[in-house]
Amino acid sequence: MTLRSPLGRVLGLGSAKDGTGHWWAQRLSAIALVPLSLWFLGSLAFLPGLDYLTLRAWLSFPVSGLLTVLLVTVASYHSYLGTRVVVEDYVHTAGMKLLCLVSLRFLYVLAGGAGVFAVLRVDFGP
Amino acid sequence: MRRPTSPHLLIYRWQIGNSLSILHRLTGIGLSLGVVALCYWLVSLASGQDSYASATALLTSPVGLLLLAGWTFAFFYHLLNGIRHLFWDLGRGFERTQRHASGWFVVIAAFGLTLGVWMSIRHFAS
Repeated sequence: MTLRSPLGRVLGLGSAKDGTGHWWAQRLSAIALVPLSLWFLGSLAFLPGLDYLTLRAWLSFPVSGLLTVLLVTVASYHSYLGTRVVVEDYVHTAGMKLLCLVSLRFLYVLAGGAGVFAVLRVDFGP
Repeated sequence: MRRPTSPHLLIYRWQIGNSLSILHRLTGIGLSLGVVALCYWLVSLASGQDSYASATALLTSPVGLLLLAGWTFAFFYHLLNGIRHLFWDLGRGFERTQRHASGWFVVIAAFGLTLGVWMSIRHFAS
């Protein structure tokens, strides 16, 4: 016998109302971050220096620009997903929880957006 | 109704399993701040030579270097332990001996890689 309604069974969403969506998003962004982050840090390590002109020249390569945009986007998204779970686990009052979750979302959209904008400006700006 | 509760942190016996799980969260929180720092650094690169110079000064100050060293360890630990988690998601590596071996491997490798990175930075910077 099951207490779940037929509709609930079909949707398969469970009590959090988003099913396995969060779990999948966290795993897929984690898998994407393995090559992206290693590529980024490896590339910086093999540059002759980390001075202004060297870095701008490196970031102006289309492949560097594209992969850095992807890294910033996926890393911000993964950070948001992770810190969101921490807030859901440890912030217990409803108002404070809502405030923290909204702030986190704003913070990571702002940080990620600024990072992407910065790369695009280096690639296409003056 | 008495439902199962999460482990009570103050009386739960410390073992490698729960310690590494907590460390995964802590390094994740640290890295989520590192993502914000990365975006700040990219914005400074896009904003011109002066702002890049002040960002570099901030990141190479004693506090900045301490943060970078912490982020290096957090990155390697979270990366390796995250891959450990992905293997668990595939249903592999759950045996007690496997769990302990992979756990110790992840900690030692993260320390080793952090040490290696900073020793090569010292070597090439001098």
